[in-house]
Amino acid sequence: MDSSRRRILQLLGISALALTTRPVLNAFAAEQQAAEAEAVIRAGDKALKAKQWAMVIDTRELQSAEDLKPMIEVCHKIHNVPQLQNKRHEIKWIWDVPYHNAFPDKAAQFLAEEVERRPFLVLCNHCENPPCVRACPTKATFKRESDGVVMMDFHRCIGCRFCMAACPFGSRSFNYRDPRPFIAEANLNDEFPTRMKGVVEKCNFCAERLAVGQLPACVEASNGALTFGDLYDPESKVRELIRTHYTIRRKQALGTEPSVYYIV
Amino acid sequence: MNNKALIVTGLVVFLIIVLFPFWYMRGKAAPLPERVLTPKAKAAQVCVRSTDYMRAEHMQLLDLWRDSVVREGKRIYINPEGKEFNMSLSNTCLDCHSNKAEFCDRCHNYASVRPYCWSCHIENPKEKT
Repeated sequence: MDSSRRRILQLLGISALALTTRPVLNAFAAEQQAAEAEAVIRAGDKALKAKQWAMVIDTRELQSAEDLKPMIEVCHKIHNVPQLQNKRHEIKWIWDVPYHNAFPDKAAQFLAEEVERRPFLVLCNHCENPPCVRACPTKATFKRESDGVVMMDFHRCIGCRFCMAACPFGSRSFNYRDPRPFIAEANLNDEFPTRMKGVVEKCNFCAERLAVGQLPACVEASNGALTFGDLYDPESKVRELIRTHYTIRRKQALGTEPSVYYIV
Repeated sequence: MNNKALIVTGLVVFLIIVLFPFWYMRGKAAPLPERVLTPKAKAAQVCVRSTDYMRAEHMQLLDLWRDSVVREGKRIYINPEGKEFNMSLSNTCLDCHSNKAEFCDRCHNYASVRPYCWSCHIENPKEKT
């Protein structure tokens, strides 16, 4: 092949020309595409917005398991959470535990009798620094930029359960069995999907309700014991409660920054 | 080649068995599934997008819907004609196409695709009520 200086310079020139024509052609192509109407995707008008959703639970109002029942039931009903009797297969989005399980780092040997007897409502804390999100290899669980909800994309979950190991609150449950047979037919909510065998699930702060302007179901069923709002809005109800009451969070020392606050 | 007859017979039998699907269905093609619309879908006349677009691209559309609903929290789809839809398989698609067995399954079976939508999404929200 002729590799004279002249030939190489010619080749370089032609290549440079080719490289510069590419963007021009692209611009023309883009112009043509823009002429066709495109579909638009946006959030609903009624959707509630916040920087970081948070919840304050006034446990003084919730003295017995009986008080917590309506909240747990409504959540599990609208989200098609199966009722498995086997404790090892149990699926929980929101449930109750005694004080020393909810706040093991704050449990002394002797406690106020009332606190010791009180059941504490626990759910996913929608941490500001969620370890489950870092553990997930497929980004099936992620912290939603728009409002700080720690969400699950069940489509992507491969069931590796790293998130369950990472979550210090036990907020996640794994579907060891196909959940469908364990949801009572009469209880099935047609508007919400179920899950399948082999995926992890947890509370989603009722993202599907926030999107249409409703508060989470547990908050609605709580008769005011649960308060929901934007943690970063100084005027919000949760901030007001946090300002005026002494609140604690679960395992705060771990640095996950839970968004669920408890008034004890 | 001492066993020539045996080998040739074996080969012929082998070929007949291997090519069974071809000679058995020779000249015939499996009938194209018929598209069955519910009265509601018929009345609406047009889907979220044009029929051609839906036929070719419904999987991409559903993929886009699921990502924007689950991951971005955006639930409203406005088609080029300016009509708004709630992006939901169970609540929007199946509202019109409530005949999943006839509308979805027939064609998916014909094309031998097995979408796993229905292992979670409830397939008959309207049939039950």
